[in-house]
Amino acid sequence: MVTGAAHRLRGGTAGRLAPPAKWYVAGVATLAILVLTRAVVGDADWDADIPWSIALLVLALLFLVCDSTPTNLTSRQSAWSPSSAATLAAVVLLGPAGAVLVGATSLLSVRRGLQLTQRIFNASMYALSAYAAAEAYLALGGQVGKQMRDAFPGIIVPFAAAAMVHVLINYGLLWGMLMLIREPEARKRKARVDLNMPLLLVSDLGYATLGLLIAALWSGLGPFAAILVLVPLFVARWAMGQFAAQEGAYAATMAALCQAVETKDFYTRGHSERVSRGAAMLARVVGMRDTRVEAIRYAGMLHDVGKLGVPTKVLQKSGPLSEEELAAIQLHPMRGLEIVREIGFLDEALAGIMHHHERMDGRGYPLGLAGDEIPEFARVIAVADAFDAMTSNRSYRGARTLEDAVADLRKWSGTQFDPALVDAFVAALEAEGWPRPEPAALLDYADGLIARDHDDPTAPLRVVESH
Amino acid sequence: MTGQPATGRTWRQAMDSGELLLVAAAGMLVAAAVAQTAASGVVQPRVALAFGALVALGELLRLTLPGDREAAPIGSAGALGYALLLQVGTRPAIQPALQVVAVAAAGMTVGALPHLAAGRPAGVPGMAARLIAVAGVALLFRPLIHIHAIAGDWAIALAAMAILLVAGWWVECLIRALIRADALRARFGVALWDEMRVQLPLGVAVAATAILIAFAAQEMGLVALALFIAPLLVTQIAFRRYAGIRATYLQTVRALARVTEVGGYVEDGHAHRVGQLAVAVGRELGMSEPDLLELEYAALMHDIGQLSLSDPIPGGATVLASPDDQRRIAELGAAVIKQAGVLDRVAEIVRCQGWAWRGPDGEPPVGSRIIRAANAFDDLVGASADTGRAATALERLRLDTAVEYDPGVVEALSKVAGRRHAGHR
Repeated sequence: MVTGAAHRLRGGTAGRLAPPAKWYVAGVATLAILVLTRAVVGDADWDADIPWSIALLVLALLFLVCDSTPTNLTSRQSAWSPSSAATLAAVVLLGPAGAVLVGATSLLSVRRGLQLTQRIFNASMYALSAYAAAEAYLALGGQVGKQMRDAFPGIIVPFAAAAMVHVLINYGLLWGMLMLIREPEARKRKARVDLNMPLLLVSDLGYATLGLLIAALWSGLGPFAAILVLVPLFVARWAMGQFAAQEGAYAATMAALCQAVETKDFYTRGHSERVSRGAAMLARVVGMRDTRVEAIRYAGMLHDVGKLGVPTKVLQKSGPLSEEELAAIQLHPMRGLEIVREIGFLDEALAGIMHHHERMDGRGYPLGLAGDEIPEFARVIAVADAFDAMTSNRSYRGARTLEDAVADLRKWSGTQFDPALVDAFVAALEAEGWPRPEPAALLDYADGLIARDHDDPTAPLRVVESH
Repeated sequence: MTGQPATGRTWRQAMDSGELLLVAAAGMLVAAAVAQTAASGVVQPRVALAFGALVALGELLRLTLPGDREAAPIGSAGALGYALLLQVGTRPAIQPALQVVAVAAAGMTVGALPHLAAGRPAGVPGMAARLIAVAGVALLFRPLIHIHAIAGDWAIALAAMAILLVAGWWVECLIRALIRADALRARFGVALWDEMRVQLPLGVAVAATAILIAFAAQEMGLVALALFIAPLLVTQIAFRRYAGIRATYLQTVRALARVTEVGGYVEDGHAHRVGQLAVAVGRELGMSEPDLLELEYAALMHDIGQLSLSDPIPGGATVLASPDDQRRIAELGAAVIKQAGVLDRVAEIVRCQGWAWRGPDGEPPVGSRIIRAANAFDDLVGASADTGRAATALERLRLDTAVEYDPGVVEALSKVAGRRHAGHR
């Protein structure tokens, strides 16, 4: 529900706000009203040389148009719009009073599902960011409402400062809000405005310069300047929206295809998705960068596609396996690699898929790597993979409790799993919890065979004694 | 099927006749512009240098739009802005049109050099198309600035700029569509429409930015250029990410379509070949790019329903399976794809591939008819390059056009197959 380019809270997110969040909104709103009163009473310049009220109207409209058509970010609670261009133009053309008023128009934003508290929060946040930006601009010697022709290049430093201050206050206030409204299971995690903060930060500053352009062109083109500037803004918005839509479609398609792979192995339904989530959770806890977390999310999703190459009757066999059958199972990470190699992933993700059955003591497969030779991605996926296998229902045993599974992880920590990762995973589990898989559909294997799971360390694969 | 011998081709062979013609035209234009500018000397060299640098930067930061289209929005905006420049600060901008062309060409060349050095293609045809559009705008607009009404009234100037930019954009689309239709054997009308649709958003941003540069230079001098790099760069990053995720999406579907091969359900390379064949047939039938993309997804995933079978069909050839089995596999595959929630149209194409053309279920959508024929063809021919086998397979499909296969699709398929076996691209 929030954003500023401006990030704000998105509509329809938090149903009811918890008391701390309410107090937070109230505090921000009070501050905003104080600032608004001060600015309007003290600084408003209703009859300055640029027709002040007309400029105010146009910029407020520009702001509203931008603000009413936000792009939803990957985080479900915030959205992005390039409205800071309007606010910053107001900083230069109108001074603090105008900037605050322009920011406060977010109250009127035309969007469905936006609750009153969210509107109040967004408007207050914008008003405060705008005010701080305007004060920073003035403090560094920026001139308000001046003819631009001789303002360059002197105006650049105060304006850049204003843009920075605007972005910082916007993010700061939003971050505080997201901290307060995050879901209980996410408590231990830091609230995140978005997955691609650096990119958005850069784009925010980029769009801020458009604010300067509106201001600069105003004396020549008048309100037309605002309209011309609106065009690239909307193209940017369109591209961002397309990207987000494609990314969502991509993830959904991948999940569906992975599920199709799982149909071969009914009892592992949802396994890929849970491993993906678990691996991403663990990766975040050990401090991987966002791009790597994203890569490991996909690697976790795809880690078992190679199982398609293993004949069904081998996968579902209950008794001891022959040497050939064991070899077929042990080949599946390589088969997986063969399938996903052509995808433009990070190489690390490929290594993660290939080595997710290696063990720390070197007795895993396919290559028998040991310790640090095993790529980090593979060690992460191995933990999430085994944990999910242990906590899911299996036809040969019911689902085990999380505590039992944690105990088992610890038991094999050092021999099978990386001890540091096991510790981090257990910590993450306590903080974020683990989704209980829906009970696997009971299958009537015609011959009543029970299947063993190659991922499950409690049910190791057995090989027929050779005679 | 003949592979494309991409390696070992010289640049001359890599270009189609249309591209050669375009490059030759642009080359002549550049030669004239450089000769003229050299003869009369560079007017306002500082301004020329600044804009040339911007064009070079833009060319360095090219991006690839969906459909393997190359664009250099920052470079285009810079060159067009130079063509439209009225004043720099208080001094009127008086560069002649041919100087604009020469500066843009020089900037593009400099910007393309690092690409060459890094082993990437220089992208000469793309540059030629952009340059011709810039030249058109410059040649029409530069003479206008001497008319008092245009130089004096910003509203008239704005209108003239907008009209010329739209025309320039359209000419560039036209050139690109001509080349594309020639290279991919698509219908020209469809190619033009596709081109315009893909280029519209970025084209609008470039045009607006060019106008803004022209006016902003009047207010703040050459600082305007520096200021404009940032926002356009951001737009470009957003586009790059968008194009990137689209490419990864397709790669992933291509890769995951192979699970049926690894699982032993179908022959090696079947999904990929059916995908290529279906797209070629669809293009032959005049389908637009978004439809072709859906068709390709559907063709790649058309056998995904086989994963739900406990035992692979012998040889994986669904053409030999009973109609009921074919329908069931199609339904299962469609159910899988529908799970994604975003590919409902693809799922529908996959679902209806099990239907005969004149069967009891009604007429299947064109995508399903194409996949049905392409799948049957590949089941019968496989990876073999044997012309006789292809001819026999086509004959068999033709005999079945009363009920099973759409005759129009089979005709298009035979054209495509004929071209491939003739060693044509």
